[in-house]
Amino acid sequence: MAAAVGEQFLKGETARNTRGLLRIIILCTIAAAAVSSRLFSVIRFESIIHEFDPWFNFRATKYLVQHGFYSFWDWFDDRTWHPLGRVTGGTLYPGLMVTSGVIYHILRFLTFPVDIRNICVLLAPGFSGLTALAAYLLTTEMSTSPSAGLLAAIFMGIAPGYISRSVAGSYDNEAIAIFLLVFTFYLWIKSVKEGSALWGALTALFYGYMVSAWGGYVFITNLLPLHAFVLICMGRYSARLYVSYTTWYALGTLASMQIPFVGFLPIRSSEHMASLGVFGLLQIVGFVEYIRNQLPSRQFQTLLKSLVVLIFVVAFGGLVLLTVSGVIAPWSGRFYSLWDTGYAKIHIPIIASVSEHQPTAWPAFFFDLNMLIWLFPAGVYMSFRSLKDEHVFIVIYAVMASYFSGVMVRLMLTLTPIVCVAAAIALSQILDAYLVIETPKIEGAKSNGETTKSAASTAPTLILDPLRSTRSPLVGIYSYISKATVVGFASVYLLLFVLHCTWVTSNAYSSPSVVLASRLPDGSQHIIDDYREAYYWLRQNTPDNAKIMSWWDYGYQIGGMADRPTLVDNNTWNNTHIATVGKAMSSREEVSYPIMRQHEVDYVLVVFGGLLGYSGDDINKFLWMVRIAEGIWPDEVKERDFFTPRGEYKVDDEASPTMKNSLMYKMSYHNFGNLFPAGQGTDRVRGTRLPSENPQLNTIEEAFTSENWIIRIYKVKPLDNFGRDHFSATAFEKGNKKKRASKRKGARVLRVE
Amino acid sequence: EKIWSNYVKNTPQRTKLLDAFLAFLAVVGALQFVYVILVGNYPFNAFLSGFSACVGQFVLTASLRIQTNPENQNEFKSISNERAFADFVFGSLILHFFCVNFIN
Repeated sequence: MAAAVGEQFLKGETARNTRGLLRIIILCTIAAAAVSSRLFSVIRFESIIHEFDPWFNFRATKYLVQHGFYSFWDWFDDRTWHPLGRVTGGTLYPGLMVTSGVIYHILRFLTFPVDIRNICVLLAPGFSGLTALAAYLLTTEMSTSPSAGLLAAIFMGIAPGYISRSVAGSYDNEAIAIFLLVFTFYLWIKSVKEGSALWGALTALFYGYMVSAWGGYVFITNLLPLHAFVLICMGRYSARLYVSYTTWYALGTLASMQIPFVGFLPIRSSEHMASLGVFGLLQIVGFVEYIRNQLPSRQFQTLLKSLVVLIFVVAFGGLVLLTVSGVIAPWSGRFYSLWDTGYAKIHIPIIASVSEHQPTAWPAFFFDLNMLIWLFPAGVYMSFRSLKDEHVFIVIYAVMASYFSGVMVRLMLTLTPIVCVAAAIALSQILDAYLVIETPKIEGAKSNGETTKSAASTAPTLILDPLRSTRSPLVGIYSYISKATVVGFASVYLLLFVLHCTWVTSNAYSSPSVVLASRLPDGSQHIIDDYREAYYWLRQNTPDNAKIMSWWDYGYQIGGMADRPTLVDNNTWNNTHIATVGKAMSSREEVSYPIMRQHEVDYVLVVFGGLLGYSGDDINKFLWMVRIAEGIWPDEVKERDFFTPRGEYKVDDEASPTMKNSLMYKMSYHNFGNLFPAGQGTDRVRGTRLPSENPQLNTIEEAFTSENWIIRIYKVKPLDNFGRDHFSATAFEKGNKKKRASKRKGARVLRVE
Repeated sequence: EKIWSNYVKNTPQRTKLLDAFLAFLAVVGALQFVYVILVGNYPFNAFLSGFSACVGQFVLTASLRIQTNPENQNEFKSISNERAFADFVFGSLILHFFCVNFIN
């Protein structure tokens, strides 16, 4: 009875419906898993924005929601980059903010008045569910196996490589960009397969959306032409390729130029020239192909082919000429450093100073992708075996993304989708072989003649082959034991994968950097909330337009949480301005005070982790400030001066005099020694003794120090009332003038006015 | 010469119509380009949207021509002539929206 019911469900129309229903249920479950595995930080801490960049996105979104779309589009922000301001509408990718603004208004319309902050916090988990769906669609285009798409969806849903940038609260561009990336690729594959202008146009539309969301769209602009180019070189040019590529390029380029930040870049910069070149090449190839079909002569065909090659070479030469002559902008530093990996370190320290721009270590691959990373090459190999047009795409994507993720940690994010797809292809093949394919029937015992005949017809070379395993005509997996073993192992690996992903997400990627959590000896959680303490102090106890000077890392957070104007922030568009701040931080007070006066700085904020052992503080970042300042003023700030004679970077008694006199050092260690009994002050990050005497501050005074001394805020003193410089003023107030003033006249200069 | 006579003889009427449109687009694009070379490209976005409207429309029409060509029947199994035309309309609408938006 049960078997009959099973039969009924496995075949025919009902079976299709059942499978469809199962698919929907599985996909919904995957989406739910993807969303819920990203909520660790919201449940443990609270629903806030993490990190640095998301604070700006959040602030921009709030502006969009409050002031409407048009004023957001030309928003001039006078509360960042203090003397300069920032033309925000023209220097950001608006896709993320507009998306959450639209969601906000839709929810309003449906009478769910949700706070914009909650939408921003939960945007990334929501879109990760969609990413899983997009991965499902992409993989079903790649593989005939029914399980490949579902496997890819679950991999994409919980792979830590993607979770790391999309946990709840990480309101960054990547939150929606990865979904758009995968979905654009799906549409592209679909359009290449069908040769339909509709799919090509949809590809262009989603490409335009992707351009509005993330600077990583350049990856798509170079990957799709590369795919088309490789297909042409393989001799696989088809009319379908022409239709899909040219539609995508013509519409997609126009769509990308609508974004003010991108503007004319798609025709002016080198990153976009590959797509233009392939567009031109496709026109020529298409035309030549058309002519060739009309002409029978073989000689003439070779002539046409050489014509294509000639035009290609000429066009390439022209491109090089234009780049050299400067009509087309060369590679920007950020992209150039992907090819020449030593470039950033030498020429642009600000790119090299970001920890995400470092090369990836091996363990990171296993940590982020666990078993997928070793199924990945197998999947790529499988794509090679059935090399259709779309598999060429997998291979190219795999090669490019592997290289880029090896160069830069941050680009692990673009590798993750292809790893999920390839691993799903490989694993589904294994599962199909061991789970689905039925055991071939053994007919050899009954009729020898028939078997040999069929064997000969299926594989004529078998007879010549001396190997025993190939001599047997029936290839397949017979025994249930081997099937069960392999399938069992595969499922154990899958279960372990889920465990690993959950563990990694819970332990490594779910901590808001705004709140620092530590454990007390009894296992209870202790929360260190100094950042917000200090930012709220600034928000409540300073005038509304008090300018805050800090290192650029904290610019967005100050703007977002303290709501005060800053000098520099995480959008590092003006290197000189950052170098000015770096110079003010790393110079003597006499030098920094005029700089701060010139920039109307009211408060200076430094992060100091010496009491708590918080290693990401400003003393550890100090050398980058010095380097960036040295790039602009090489004879005023010298990195060598901050080292001891033996070339060590020290903060204790042996520290170099330049170090001890630098503003950053004084601000960090001001009064710090008084916390400890005399001579026992230690810096827990550097692990060193403090110098015997406290640094003296003259031009600024301490305004606020947070509970654990992580954030210290100093107020810049006004000019002295009597016109003295601050050093003599403090010296006078301390009273350490000599008892008997000498009558001798000092060397005076002539009064001019 | 041979190509031309072949073309005149073998091409269906509709395709010829499309080809005439293609030639017209090519001429308009070339004229714009010549004008830019002569006068200079000051409102660059205007030039770009005009020119890329030509290029995009050319490409879309060429796609329509390819898709409706009976010789390519086996390449585009899933696309009927009517579907190809609907795609063409959809693509052109998007193209012109973007061009009008970009020309300011």
